[in-house]
Amino acid sequence: MASPTCTISLTVNGRPQIADVEPRRLLVDFLREDLGLVGTHIGCEHGVCGTCTVLLNGASIRSCITFAVQADGAEVSTVEGLASGGELHPLQDEFSDKQGLQCGYCTPGMLMRACEILAQNPDPTSEQVRAAIASNLCRCTGYQFIVEAVLGAAARMRETTEVAS
Amino acid sequence: MTVAHVTVSARAGKQNVEAAAMSREVTVKPPPFSYAAPATLTEAVRLLAEHAQAEPRVLAGGQSLIPLMNFRLAKPGYLIDLRNVAGLSGIRREGDVLVVGAMTRLAELERSPEVALAVPLAAEAVGLVAHTPIRNSGTIGGSLAHADPAAELPAVALALGAELVAVGPAGTRRIPAAEFLRGPFSTALEPDEILTEIRLPVWRGGHAFVEYARIHANFAIVAVAALVALDGDRIRRAALALTGVAPTAIRATAAERVLAGAACDAAAAAAAADAAVEGLAPAGDLHASPATRLALARTYVRRAIELAISRAQDER
Repeated sequence: MASPTCTISLTVNGRPQIADVEPRRLLVDFLREDLGLVGTHIGCEHGVCGTCTVLLNGASIRSCITFAVQADGAEVSTVEGLASGGELHPLQDEFSDKQGLQCGYCTPGMLMRACEILAQNPDPTSEQVRAAIASNLCRCTGYQFIVEAVLGAAARMRETTEVAS
Repeated sequence: MTVAHVTVSARAGKQNVEAAAMSREVTVKPPPFSYAAPATLTEAVRLLAEHAQAEPRVLAGGQSLIPLMNFRLAKPGYLIDLRNVAGLSGIRREGDVLVVGAMTRLAELERSPEVALAVPLAAEAVGLVAHTPIRNSGTIGGSLAHADPAAELPAVALALGAELVAVGPAGTRRIPAAEFLRGPFSTALEPDEILTEIRLPVWRGGHAFVEYARIHANFAIVAVAALVALDGDRIRRAALALTGVAPTAIRATAAERVLAGAACDAAAAAAAADAAVEGLAPAGDLHASPATRLALARTYVRRAIELAISRAQDER
């Protein structure tokens, strides 16, 4: 039994999208199944693990407990939007350099959460990063390297900002 | 991914497995429902009444409702999303009351200077509600209307003596927090009513919200909200609310009486802690036995009172 669809209009990684979706379509399934953006992973499907984290108007959310219709009119950012022009985002670069991933399953969510952390505080302490990424589980328990990667990216992003200004 | 789907199908039973097999939409978790996102409160109230047969639910941030729907523990036939209703979000001061719109996100409460100044108890408690990504979506009204017995905000509303404003076909009414909480996941809201505002009386004095949870951001096993106003070296008035020791958050009125007029010392806090748990018979569960809950409650009441007293003294 399908329910009537709703037309939604939103921006995903800067690209406008218009789609007809069932109201029960979860945002994570909309991104993966309808848009083919499979970078956002699905873990627990009830808002606990954080692997499906994306940004909605710049704020991190769990896309597995958000309906696609709730993102109508919003700007969604996923891990696919981080790199630009073939250049990795400093966070991606640092996750690679510092071995901030093992199996990689939590990585897209970690990266998007880290984007928000650094947007709110460009110069966090190690403890602040630890507290902030408590929202996202890494079942490989590779937190130490993730914290180092976020701090490394923060330093590089501050340098870039200073050079630019 | 496959594993997760098998799990959910198993929970939902044979019917869902068959439906999934017949449909291309194997990734769909929640049951189907009709949906509206009206632009006005009047329209939202009208839709709620019109679709009463479909067991409609109001969608605020969805951070409690959508997980329940993913597990198919909740199967509303109609969802009325409040996101487009103007005027349901925001924080304003009306004399000695801080009025918070029901759709105000928890992250907004957490960052709001008005909340930190007028009702720091609420600011402290909100910081303990889940994690930032949940607080970015979750709302104050959604949390209170969901009435999870382990949630922080019902205890805050109780301790402050908040009023909850509900709008239905019969008009608007204000419900005191003590009457609002009826039981686990049960409130005084009528099926045709929508929670629109939370009126939090401004508190002058010390506050503390402390809790014991297995890990940071989990639901608390026991949580305590404490408010203390001083008169010289003595406690003039205190308000205490506890979660985790009864089917809903409760006021510890006997402990409040112990504190009224008492000296600001450890003996008063200890006596109040004893009074707070006197006669309580919490249910035990997987996480904590009744005895553990009582021991935690006694300890956390004492700590909350001592912290609230020290903050009240710092303010002078």
